[in-house]
Order: sequence, then structure tokens, then C-alpha cells
Amino acid sequence: MAASGDSALLNFGAAAPATLPPGTAGELRQDLRLIAEMVEPGSRVLDIGCGDGALLAYLARQKSVDGRGIELSQSGVNACVGHGLSVIQGDADRDLEAYPAGAFDVVVLSQTLQATHRPRRVVEELVRIGRRAIVSFPNFGFWRIRFGLLLTGRMPVSHCLANPWYETPNIHLCTIRDFVALCDEIGVTVDRSVTLDRHGQPYSLDPRGSLANLLAEQGIFVLCGSANP
Amino acid sequence: MSTLISPRPSSRSDQDWPGHRLLVRAPLRLDCGIDFGPFTIAYQTYGTLNPDRSNAILVCHALTGDQYAADPHPITGKPGWWETLIGPGRVLDTERYFLICPNVLGGCMGTTGPQDLNPASGEPWALSFPVITIRDMVRAQKLLLDHLGIDSLFCVIGGSMGAMQVLEWGASYPARVFAAVPIAGAARHSAQNIAFHEVGRQAIMADPDWCGGRYLSLDRKPVRGLAVARMAAHITYLSEAALHRKFGRNLQDRLAVTYGFDADFQVESYLRHQGSTFVDRFDANSYLYITRAMDYFDLAAEHGGSLAGAFEGTRSRFCIISFTSDWLFPTSESRETVHALNAAAANVSFVEIATDNGHDAFLLHEPELFETLRGFLNGCAEHRGLRR
Repeated sequence: MAASGDSALLNFGAAAPATLPPGTAGELRQDLRLIAEMVEPGSRVLDIGCGDGALLAYLARQKSVDGRGIELSQSGVNACVGHGLSVIQGDADRDLEAYPAGAFDVVVLSQTLQATHRPRRVVEELVRIGRRAIVSFPNFGFWRIRFGLLLTGRMPVSHCLANPWYETPNIHLCTIRDFVALCDEIGVTVDRSVTLDRHGQPYSLDPRGSLANLLAEQGIFVLCGSANP
Repeated sequence: MSTLISPRPSSRSDQDWPGHRLLVRAPLRLDCGIDFGPFTIAYQTYGTLNPDRSNAILVCHALTGDQYAADPHPITGKPGWWETLIGPGRVLDTERYFLICPNVLGGCMGTTGPQDLNPASGEPWALSFPVITIRDMVRAQKLLLDHLGIDSLFCVIGGSMGAMQVLEWGASYPARVFAAVPIAGAARHSAQNIAFHEVGRQAIMADPDWCGGRYLSLDRKPVRGLAVARMAAHITYLSEAALHRKFGRNLQDRLAVTYGFDADFQVESYLRHQGSTFVDRFDANSYLYITRAMDYFDLAAEHGGSLAGAFEGTRSRFCIISFTSDWLFPTSESRETVHALNAAAANVSFVEIATDNGHDAFLLHEPELFETLRGFLNGCAEHRGLRR
């Protein structure tokens, strides 16, 4: 039942539809812009927690990627599909297992890991279904968070962690050092990492060093499974 | 509710409904093993096929639908069942796309079904009509597309049983399907749905006028059984919230209950009306056969037990749509299809639309449904290189 060989009948061009939301780098969040730079043109990309599809639209337009998305919020999904993006309603905890190993060149999980129920399992799934995984998350070891908790005794609220404790979706916050330790524990290789300061500007700090864990507000990690170096 | 134009006369194969007809002479091998034919496919078209034949959309109708998707129904005079979606400038834009809507095999609006004459006996087929499947319906539709010279459909779209046909198209003829939109459907009929269908069939068969299926030859009609079948089914198309919103416990043209079995409640009156108007436009044996086809539908079983196997290697673009209040084809069933498509690394979008209109939502004006469809089709049209 394979369609291959018959595809000459059809035009499966990968050009981005003109109905996409504006796909200019200027409108992308800083961490998404850095992630976009890490994606090779023409690759197969799965964006988990793709929101309104800004990264997918940008990648489709600027890098001709074959993009797919998963988004929890119904309004986000409908907006994406209404703009011609291939997005399913779902979440990282439930919907990754169905994908075959190596289904994507790149799997992106931006600012979502801390909201998953089983982050360890999710990271394992990311490197299974993607040859590479790009994960970004807020660093709970950031000095402002540490001092905020120390001085006020209240749960930290920042622009990265904008909700008070009783209504935050972030149930599994971690520090950069925690994340690197998890990768070591489950045998996931950190291919590359970028840490960002409070203004979204990249630091060139070793993610295993205590300085990165103190100074960076966010981390972006490029991972691959031990089977796909 | 519209008034009836004319009561349905006893149907025969020479029934002169408006629209196109294709006579298929070569027999079609059915799943039941019978070579069936010759037979007729009745269909409607809307819009114009473009010179490179790349703008065709196949519209698949549901259990009690027919080919009159965007025309007034020849019996009831009601607008087409997808008139809100089909037309110039509408979501299924007839100025851009060429739409084909055939009546399914086993149907009763012109495509050969159990009410037509069996050439061997000169009598209506009745229960000697072979049991057909969703795959048989799709095979017949493929013959129609061969006849129309359409090698590759831009899109196959349908709701409910129409969604089953869409999935079957995607699995059986992937190279001929650029985009597939199954709405409020499932890759198999659930035990609960088979159970509801069985209630409907038993109601028909319990009607003394059914006469073992030979009612047409005896000039009778099992209207009571068919009406009850429709009433039971109609409840499954709605949601508790929609029933409550429309009717609540309101009484029908009276101030108090009558301590009898009249239609005291508006909801009873509504269901009776649904039942009694349905029998004027639908054939009881067709209802048996088409519900059976749905019951037998199990796409994974057709592919060695693996639903992902049904879609292996597909390059079609899928858009799966479900409705929050649809308990007949719930979102969980659509999600299973999505997971199977993901396992096949297919290009799939999946949208659940929030509505309290239940299963029937796919036939109603649901702005979010329309926006999703419009966006998906526009995206596909650009990938396909279709000009506006």
C-alpha cells in the first residue's frame, strides 16, 4: 500500500503556503530564533508545544523544512491548522510514543519540558524519535530565582516563570545542572548547548560549570541518543 | 421542519432522480466474494474540473445521506446536507474545486441497492442483495473516478460513515489521494455503535410490513420499524446538552402532562417527526445494508491488525477532525487514527472542535470547523500548486 513510486502523479512540493503567519525572524522569540538557527534547511522537524506555530511557520518559509507540530491548547492547534500547518492536538506525555524511531531529523521542545508529567520519559522519547532533539527550558538555578526565594521566602515569579505557584503549569522545574545530570543518567549526549542571559543574549559558558547554572536564565540543549551520535 | 413534496413511491431502478448516472458493466468483486454487476452509480458534481484534472474533491456521504450534497433534495425539497460548506466562495469553493458526490453502493437514491430490480429474478433484490462493505463502496467510487479520468484526487472529505470512506481511500488508494479529511469518524465501528445499529435493524425486521425484506414486491412498507430505527439513531447524533438546550422538559402544545402516551414532551414530538419524515426518503433494506457495512468496517483488520500498517508509506496529507460532544464517534477514536498516522510518519493535522451539537456537528454551521477546513485546504492547494 506504499505510495512511493506513484508520487509522480502528485505534486508534493515542500514550499511554504502563503497563508502562513508572517515568518520573519524579527517576530520570533529569542530562544526560538536561536533554535531556528540550529535547524538544517530541508529537514523534517517536529515542534512539540508549538503554540501558535510561529517557529514552524518561520522554518517552513525560511528553511523549507517539512514541519509538524503538537500543541496542547485547542486554540493554538486550530490557529496552526487554519494557517496551513500540520499540527495535532496532543501533549508530550501522551503522544510521542506512537512515532517510529528516527521519524524526524530534529525534534524541538521549547519551554515545555518543565510542564510535562514525566520529563525523563519525554527526553528519552525525544532522542528516540528525532536524530537530534533541541530542548529549551527556564533555569531554576538562575541567581535571581535563588535570591528571590532566599530573601522573600516566596515562590519565584519572573518573566520566564510568569504564574504564581497555585496556577503555574510548570510542575517539574529544574536547574541546568539537574538537566545535564539527567542526560548523563539516561545516556543522552549533549551535542551542543547555549545558555541565555536575562535579555535572551547567549553566554558562552560551559553548561556543566556552576557559573552557567548561576548566571543563565534559560538553557538550550541539542541532544542525541547514544545510538545516534 | 419542511413539508414533504411527495410521498416516496415504491422504488425501482428506473427511478428518475436528477443528476448523473454511470452504468458499470464489468462486475465488481465484493469483499463477500461475489462478482456484482452491472450496476449504476448516481452522482452529483459541482464546479469545473481544471485542465490538468488536479482540483477534484470527492465528497463522501454519511449513512442516511446521498449525492445531493448541495442541491435541494428531490423528495424532501430540503437544502443539500452540506449546502453551508459547498458553493462559490464557500469552504468547498465551487469556483476553485470540482466536487463529486456519489450515492454509495447499496444506497437508495439512484446507485444500485436492495430496492432495485435483480435482473435474474425481475424482482427487487431485497435480502438477496449482497452484503457490501465500506471498501466495496470505495471500490465503486474508484470506478467512477476512472470513468471521469481523475487519476489523483485533490481531496477526499466526509463525515461519519463518509469519514470511514475517506480513511478507506487513504489506505486503499494512497497515490490517488493528495489530502484526506475524515470528520467525526473512526477507523473501526465500536461495539456500542454496532449495538445501536442492531437495535435499528431489529426495529425494521420486527415490523410486520417488512415481510422478510420483500415489502416492495408485496406493495407494503415497514414505515413504523424504519421510523423507530431513525428515532433511536437520531438520539445518538445529538448530545445530552443539545437535547436539553433545544427541548429541556418542555411540553408539546399543552400546559400539563396528559397521563397518557401521546407525545407530551417536545423531545418526543421532535423524534416522531424525525422518524416519520425519514421513511419518505429512505429505503428500509438500504438501511439494513448500509448499517451493516459500517459495522463491518475495521481498517486495522484489513491490514493484518495494524492500523499504522494501513497507512504505511502514505504521502497524503490528513486532517482529522472530531467534536467534543460527539459520543458516537468520540475524540478518542480520532486520536487512535492520529496515532496510527504518526506511527506511519504521515503528514497529519488533528483538530477537536468544541461544540455541544454532538455527532451532528459535522452537518451544522460550526465556524471553527469551517475555519479549520478552509485553512487546511488552502495550505494543501498551495502545496498542490492549485491556482485560486
